[in-house]
Amino acid sequence: MTKLSIHEYKGVFVFVQQIDNKVTSVSYELISKGKELAKELETSVTAVLLGFKVDGLCQNLAKYGADKIIVVDDASLETYMTEPYTHAISEVIKAHKPEIVLFGATAIGRDLAPRVSARLHTGLTADCTKLEIDPETKNLMMTRPAFGGNIMATILCPEHRPQMATVRPGVMQKSELIEDAKVPVEQFKLDDIAAHKNVEIMEIIKKTAGKMDIMDAKILISGGRGMGCPENFKLLEDLAHELGGTISSSRACVDAGWVEKDRQVGQTGKTVRPNLYIACGISGAIQHVAGMEESEIIIAINKDPGAPIFEVADYGIVGDVTKILPLFTEQIKKLIAQ
Amino acid sequence: MMNIIVCIKQVPDTNEVKLDPVTGTLIREGVPSIINPDDKAGLEAALHIKDEYGAKVTVISMGPQQADLALREALAMGADEAILVTDRAFGGADTWATSSTLAAAIKKMDYDLIITGRQAIDGDTAQVGPQIAEHLGLANISYAEDIKIEGDSVLVRRQYEDRYHMLKAKMPCLITALSEMNKPRYMTPGGIFDAYRNKEVTIWTRTDLEVADGNIGLKGSPTRVYKSFTKAVKGKGTVVALDTQESVDFLIEKLQEKFIL
Repeated sequence: MTKLSIHEYKGVFVFVQQIDNKVTSVSYELISKGKELAKELETSVTAVLLGFKVDGLCQNLAKYGADKIIVVDDASLETYMTEPYTHAISEVIKAHKPEIVLFGATAIGRDLAPRVSARLHTGLTADCTKLEIDPETKNLMMTRPAFGGNIMATILCPEHRPQMATVRPGVMQKSELIEDAKVPVEQFKLDDIAAHKNVEIMEIIKKTAGKMDIMDAKILISGGRGMGCPENFKLLEDLAHELGGTISSSRACVDAGWVEKDRQVGQTGKTVRPNLYIACGISGAIQHVAGMEESEIIIAINKDPGAPIFEVADYGIVGDVTKILPLFTEQIKKLIAQ
Repeated sequence: MMNIIVCIKQVPDTNEVKLDPVTGTLIREGVPSIINPDDKAGLEAALHIKDEYGAKVTVISMGPQQADLALREALAMGADEAILVTDRAFGGADTWATSSTLAAAIKKMDYDLIITGRQAIDGDTAQVGPQIAEHLGLANISYAEDIKIEGDSVLVRRQYEDRYHMLKAKMPCLITALSEMNKPRYMTPGGIFDAYRNKEVTIWTRTDLEVADGNIGLKGSPTRVYKSFTKAVKGKGTVVALDTQESVDFLIEKLQEKFIL
C-alpha cells in the first residue's frame, strides 16, 4: 500500500456486537475508546451495527459517544454467522475506508476479525489491552499480552489499512453517557447477504445464567487450588453472599471441574476489575494475575508466604483459607446486623 | 476415503515460562516444547473420526526444523502422514503471512476437512485458523466443542460465552478446536516405533509452494512488533502472618478503612 493511499483512510470504526438484539458491553467500551482515539486523530468514531430490526439500539450507541452509526439491517444477520457478517462488514469497510477498525475480543469478534483481515489484506492484533496513537506517525499502537501474559508486546500495522484490533472485554472504560445525543444513521444496503450463508444453524442452546457475570461484579471472592476441594467453594459463596458479590476462580479449579468455565479469571478466562477482589488459595500464576491485577483492592489469603499473588495484593494474609473464611464471614454478618 | 488435514504448532509450555527476577526477561532455557493443546485436541478429533469412519489424517506444521519432534509425536499418536513447512523465507511471519503460507501448502493436498486449534498458547491470537479458511475460500467454524460427521457434512457444537450453536456445514470446510473437546490419546510404543522407523516427515521449503514473496515471512506480514516488555510490577502491599482471629480483624479493619464495610 502506498503512502498516498494510506492517507485516503480516515476515521475510527467500531464493530457493534449484538446478540438477541442486545448490544454487548464491550462494544460500548470500544466506542468510548474509539472516541478518544478519534479525537487525537482529529476525526470521528463510527459505530457499525449488523443485525435484523436493530434500529432501536442506535440511541444507546449515540449516548456512549458514536459520532455516526452505520446499520446493515438484514434477516440473514439476525444471528451471528461467520460468512454473512464477514461479507457485510468487509463491504462497509471497502466503501468507507476507515483508518482503524476495532472489535471486541469475544467468541464472535475473534472469529470475524481474522476473516475480515485476511479478506482485506490488512493486519490484525488480537486481544489488545491498550490502544494509543503514536504522536508522530499517527499510527495505532496496539499493546497485548503474549506468552501467556508473561510479556507485553506493542504491535504496529504501518503500511496496511485499516489498522485492526480485537480488544479484551472489560479493559477499556465506558465514558459518561451523553443524554439526548442525536447522530446521523446511515442504512447501508447490501443485496445478496443470504447468498453468503455457508453454514446452517441447526439449534441454539443457551446456558442458564444462574449467577452474576463476574465481569459485572463489584466484589469477587475468588478461589484457587488451595481451597482443597470443590465443597470448600461453599465458603466463598457464603462470603460473597454477605458482601453482595459473586464467586470466581482460577483456571486450575475450572480444569479440575470444580467450577464452571464462565467463572474463570485470567488470560484464557475473563478480565475483571471489581472494587474488591479476594483471592483465596490462589497462587497467582502470571496468567491469572493478567486477568485481575486492575482490581481496585486486592486481598490475598494463601498458606504459602512465597506465593506470587502477594506481589500484587494490597493486603496479604499468610494463613489457612479454610479456617479464616468461616470466621471472616461470621464477623461480617455480625457487623452488618449491627 | 476422507482426507483430514490437522495444523499443529510446536510451542513452549507457557505455564513453565518464568521471568528472570533481575532482568525481567523470559527464561526460555529448559522450557519444554509441546504440541499446542488446542491443536492436539484437533488431532485427537481427527483420529477419532479416523477410528470411526476411516480417514487419512495428515498433520502439517510450519516452523523450524525442531518442529519435527511435534510431528513425530502426532505420527506416534496415529496420524498417517506429516509435513513440515520450513524455510528461512517463512520466518518472522505474523498471522496473515503464516496463514497464507499454510494455505499455499494445503492447496497442494487433497482434503475434505481441515482442523486447526483455536489458538496457540504462545500467541493466543486465534487468527490463523479463520485466516487459512479465508485464503482457501472455505467455510469455517471456530471454537468447536464437538465434531460429528454426517454424510458429506460436519455437525459442530460451536461455543459462545453464554450459549452453543449446533452448526452444520458441507465439506470441505475448516474447524478450529478447543482443548476442552477431548482428552488426547497417548502415543503407543508401536506408534513411536513407526513414527521414527517406518514413517517420514515430508519437508516442504519455499520452492515447493506457489505463493508470492510479498505474502510470506516478515515481508508478507502487515503487522510489526514495535517493542516487547515485561509489565511494571505494582507496588507491593502489606503482607501479614497472624493467627486466624487476628487475620480476620486485620481484614475487617482494612475493609472498613476503604469503606467497603
